[in-house]
Amino acid sequence: MPTFVYMTRCDGCGQCVDICPSDIMHIDPVVRRAYNIEPNMCWECYSCVKACPHNAIDVRGYADFAPLGHSVRVRRDEEKGVIAWRIIFRNGEKDMNLLAPITTKPWGKHIPQLADVPAPSNEQRDSQYLFNEPKYIRFDEGELHTLESNGLKLVPGVEGY
Amino acid sequence: MNYKTIVEDDIDVLVCGAGLGGTGAAFEARYWGKDKKIVIAEKANIDRSGAVAQGLYAINCYMGTRFGENNPEDHVRYARIDLMGIVREDLLFDMARHVDSAVHQFEEWGLPLMRNPKTGAYQREGRWQIMIHGESYKPIVAEAAKKSADQVFNRVCVTHLLMDEAKENRVAGAVGFNVRTGNYHVFKSKAVVVAAGGASNIFKPRSVGEGAGRVWYAPWSSGSAYGLLIGAGAKMTQMENRIVLARFKDGYGPVGAYFLHLKTYTQNGLGEEYESKWFPDLEKMVGKRYLDVEASHRTHRPIPTCLRNHAFINEVNAGRGPIHMVTMEAFQDPHLEEIGWHNFLGMTVGQAVLWAATDVNPKYENPELTTSEPYVMGSHATGCGAWCSGPEDVSPDEYFWGYNRMTTVEGLFGAGDAVGGTPHAFSSGSFTEGRLAAKAACKYIDDGKGEGIRVSDAQIDKRKAEIYKPMEHYKIYRNEITAGSVNPNYINPRQGLDRLQKLMDEYCGGVTSNYMTNEKLLSIGLKKLKLLEEDLEKVAAENIHELLRAWELKHRHLTSEAVMHHTLFRKETRWPGYYYRGDAMKVDDDNWHVLTVSRRDPETGEYTMEKAPCYHLVDDKPEAQAA
Repeated sequence: MPTFVYMTRCDGCGQCVDICPSDIMHIDPVVRRAYNIEPNMCWECYSCVKACPHNAIDVRGYADFAPLGHSVRVRRDEEKGVIAWRIIFRNGEKDMNLLAPITTKPWGKHIPQLADVPAPSNEQRDSQYLFNEPKYIRFDEGELHTLESNGLKLVPGVEGY
Repeated sequence: MNYKTIVEDDIDVLVCGAGLGGTGAAFEARYWGKDKKIVIAEKANIDRSGAVAQGLYAINCYMGTRFGENNPEDHVRYARIDLMGIVREDLLFDMARHVDSAVHQFEEWGLPLMRNPKTGAYQREGRWQIMIHGESYKPIVAEAAKKSADQVFNRVCVTHLLMDEAKENRVAGAVGFNVRTGNYHVFKSKAVVVAAGGASNIFKPRSVGEGAGRVWYAPWSSGSAYGLLIGAGAKMTQMENRIVLARFKDGYGPVGAYFLHLKTYTQNGLGEEYESKWFPDLEKMVGKRYLDVEASHRTHRPIPTCLRNHAFINEVNAGRGPIHMVTMEAFQDPHLEEIGWHNFLGMTVGQAVLWAATDVNPKYENPELTTSEPYVMGSHATGCGAWCSGPEDVSPDEYFWGYNRMTTVEGLFGAGDAVGGTPHAFSSGSFTEGRLAAKAACKYIDDGKGEGIRVSDAQIDKRKAEIYKPMEHYKIYRNEITAGSVNPNYINPRQGLDRLQKLMDEYCGGVTSNYMTNEKLLSIGLKKLKLLEEDLEKVAAENIHELLRAWELKHRHLTSEAVMHHTLFRKETRWPGYYYRGDAMKVDDDNWHVLTVSRRDPETGEYTMEKAPCYHLVDDKPEAQAA
């Protein structure tokens, strides 16, 4: 049903409800655990799977084209900065473990607080620069590209094509 | 309904929708507006919202001028060729000249960009794409937006923009509701950046059940970028320019890395190359200006994506399907095999799930491809969206009215899917457009253009009644029937969506009509859309979640109507392979080398259509350059 939730693992904490981009992970009022209320609006994006602290959420491929008996599981670790996947085929012949980095820096520590950086001058305000420009475009003394600097003009109609 | 009204007043910059465009806008606004009140309204949770929620394995728009790779104008020419000439080159140039500075900041923030060990430059997938480990792309840029914004309202679905009552055609904020508490939210703001999503799920999908969720573009991309702007009376452009994707069958897994990096290629069901045999006829249909196979061989000029789709569709129709991706050669290399799988896990996990479920091992079997249902959006390889002003130093008069990325409504800006005529922006370009819009919005405010906005209680109350009407309607008529979903007085959001998808498919060139339409079909389609509009006044929502779906449907409907009008207006087949006007099966440069611009009158719902000139970048002094 795309995502589904194992009864014995879910404690109804609601982390999946909080993160689901499609608003389809809800808490069932009777069993007080999460479930997918609208499988045909599920993208299999795994946001809830990654967010679940109990590994209680899994994915079963879409019923209209995916046969049963496969598994794609994931563990995401912000502290270690990695994500680990395991893919098992329906026929059991392929069982892959794949690891990838998710960040190169301690989480959130290297993002500037723009309220604290020096304010732009009026000259910058009237220019075409964005924050950190022109430096961050090339990390040299180069200027922002303009039509003039690149020897270009805009002409109307198919003739210019 | 006993929902509270929560008013957030004195906002300077309101960002509606915080995917890549919105996060870029919120981040940048703080720099130019140190003392400004910056607020985000997002219908999901900005840590995982928008099209990049599940991650990306590539940044598809990076110039690399730092490494001597490309100049902005090179990218403009590429996007122009890919879209058969019809793009906004001022906006494209502007995006391209800034985009690298965004990407370099992403790297600094911790986004893992792969490096080419030999050159030290970023690992290229193709000329414009660089490879990343982007599972956490969205949470990383969300952190940047959160640091800049005064407040983030997660789970608030914005339904309408507020209009100023002191000055005509000026925006004054937005309203919506919280999809958890149900509360009514009013945001009064001097400037608004609409960075909401394009539209999936407006054409009937190939899938028949659960798989409808595995749309190519995210199912939560509900066309709100267009619904909000059209509803406010902003002019739109190129709404006919929907996109059809050739992707791995059913899972719609991406093919970019496969083609470009793994060097896989396609063949028909008989194991033959098929594209080139369709090109001679296609050359006649579109003209040598757009398809010149010899010139493409000589100069590596790309062949427009729609034309390659055309060959795909025709080969399948000729009975020589399915089209396969030849992976068996590349996947013998274990390194490339691993990249092939990582590519899916990084951005389309569902494709890995499907191959695991069907025991497709691309090392021993060439997987099937398909062409998707059409999508309406403006940040990937197509350019639907609002008619926006360009930057002062680039744009010609017809494209400039004071503030970069401002729509034709004063104080109302766009980014990402919302901006028309700027295809091939992708994630990094959308973020960049958000930054450009935010800087311009701050300038608009500093110039005093947002002073004295007035929003009456009457306007606020009217929208409130409108927003909760589907729940009222449900309450009134539900008990007329015993049980179930069949009711003579209402339809539910799913039933409405099914009807929308069916009529768009059959009358506006969807999958089951082989992407074919004509004037007669479109005229019928418009009538049916009007009837649906009437019935959407009677859409019923049982709870707040269904209310969300009801408003998504209304935004999709507004989007669809614009698509239908634009498709009817452009009497030619500009993009064979995306859709066909059966009554005008050729590219017609004499009459249609123009951008199409529409406006829906918010009072009457009437559409007016016009043509706008299409400008192209050319060398200023070609003779001097040749010398």
